[in-house]
Amino acid sequence: MNVVVIGWGVDGGGPASAVREVLGGARRLADARGGQVIAGALGAAAQAAQGMIAHGADRVLTVEGLPEGDADAYVAAAEAVCRQAGAGLVLLPGDRFGWEVGPRLAHRLGAGIVTDCVGISWDSGRFVMTKPVYGGKAMARLVVRTPVQVALVRVRTMEPLEPDASRSGTVEALSVSAPGGRVKLLERKQEESRGQVRLEDARVVVSGGRGLGGPEPFKLLEEIAQVLGGAVGASLAAVDAGWASPQQQVGQTGKTVAPDVYIAVGISGASQHIAGMSGSKTIVAINKDPEAPIFRVAHLGVVADYKEVLPAFLAELRRIKSA
Amino acid sequence: MHIAVCIKQILDPEISPRAFKIDPERKTADPGSASMVIGPFDLNALEVAIQLKERHGGTVTVLTLGSEKAKEALRRALAMGADQAVLIDETQVAALEPSVTARALAAAIRKLGAVDLVLCGRQSGEWDFGQVGALLAEELGMPFVPFVPRLDVQGDKLRLEREADGGLVVVEAPRPCVASITNANDNQPRLPKVKDIMMANRKPITTYGPADLGLGAGDVGAEANRLEVLELFIPEVKSECEFVEGEDGAEKGVNLARKLLERKVI
Repeated sequence: MNVVVIGWGVDGGGPASAVREVLGGARRLADARGGQVIAGALGAAAQAAQGMIAHGADRVLTVEGLPEGDADAYVAAAEAVCRQAGAGLVLLPGDRFGWEVGPRLAHRLGAGIVTDCVGISWDSGRFVMTKPVYGGKAMARLVVRTPVQVALVRVRTMEPLEPDASRSGTVEALSVSAPGGRVKLLERKQEESRGQVRLEDARVVVSGGRGLGGPEPFKLLEEIAQVLGGAVGASLAAVDAGWASPQQQVGQTGKTVAPDVYIAVGISGASQHIAGMSGSKTIVAINKDPEAPIFRVAHLGVVADYKEVLPAFLAELRRIKSA
Repeated sequence: MHIAVCIKQILDPEISPRAFKIDPERKTADPGSASMVIGPFDLNALEVAIQLKERHGGTVTVLTLGSEKAKEALRRALAMGADQAVLIDETQVAALEPSVTARALAAAIRKLGAVDLVLCGRQSGEWDFGQVGALLAEELGMPFVPFVPRLDVQGDKLRLEREADGGLVVVEAPRPCVASITNANDNQPRLPKVKDIMMANRKPITTYGPADLGLGAGDVGAEANRLEVLELFIPEVKSECEFVEGEDGAEKGVNLARKLLERKVI
């Protein structure tokens, strides 16, 4: 049984980071199960076909000439790749586009799909998928009952392989009739990044919540994020209060992030928020209230007023970084 | 303009982790005494639909797949400003996962006749599969626009803002299409007034069983489900928090930076 990875996007000429992660996961599953990793390199990702092999694919099927961001065309191309590859398990990166393409692809393949997978294992002769439910208060282990099984993998939950340029694999171009054009892009209204690191990709996220008391302290968070090469997030309470933009919201109703370091400042830790950041490798909480639920998921805690902590923290970070 | 809005009645997502219980046998949450509410994003979708109706006129039909108790959710939607409601009786439907839910909802939407727009929340706020919008689009053969905070009519088409990877974009879609709605400051659900709640009791709720929708056991029975839940469990959170020491906040701040360096995470 083959594991198919559907990939889009490029990152410095190679596959996008979310695709590299899923390829790493696919490789391990294919090795456990026995089978090939076949990657579908869609749109601009076709240029990264060799990079997909270096990151774990045995065979790459490329589909070029797809209008960027047009899910109709990408769903048709992904379906063609899956049929050509004789897919058993199909993995897609769980970025926004993945949430759009994944369920539609599964529908066309007559397959079941588990979205927001944070783990997949080959267990007693079947693939078992784990996903958080009820806002992260519970976890579910599921299996897909259809012959083709699809999983949308949460970003930053699978480990990419160390790229190996000596890995061998084949690249074939697929010619697909992929009609698109039902939904037209009119304008890009607002770029999230503005030259900064994207929240979902950031290795460090510094988030503020209700405890900050106003929009002003977010400037301090931005300075800390800048020193650490990170991005600034916010809790729902801070967004609702208008102190941060909705694009910055981390949580069940906002973005899911899993950076190396997540620093929560003045965030009590409602389960709604924790659902969006609990996968972070190191969680730091700064809060006046020692009983705040955020400390239950934190690895490092500071019980103090952020107004005293942050300036000294920032100064020490600058000293460390310039040392 | 006829807008169909699909909603789901769920366990109140604001329930505290301490009060949250699961029934491991039935592999579902045990509601206990917690209240059942309309999913948070479904409420945003209802608000978007009602605002569109206020600007352009038309009809809002709200649909749900649920039990008799789900009529409370439909009444709430009618009080917010929806015109009519459809309950798909879940007693003869085994919708354990979204493909069955979407099939049942699509059949009910077809029965409404012509619609211009189908809305749903981006995810339920419960199992959060986040698939129903995309699957409805496939079932109904309509285009799909996800993660939409706001939209408006533009001529015979729709202009939708949507969150995409990398930022907010504006797209144009034909009518009819399916959109999944995400939360924004301008689609916070309105609170119905007492008068609206009383008026809602006079608005019609139509109940359909699967047979009324031309659906059999192969479509919506237990066997139709494409996913199987093996286990539902509450993960053990063992606190491993190391509290940073210091005489005052400033010293703790300095020590925090040093701890991060020590742990090689910065």
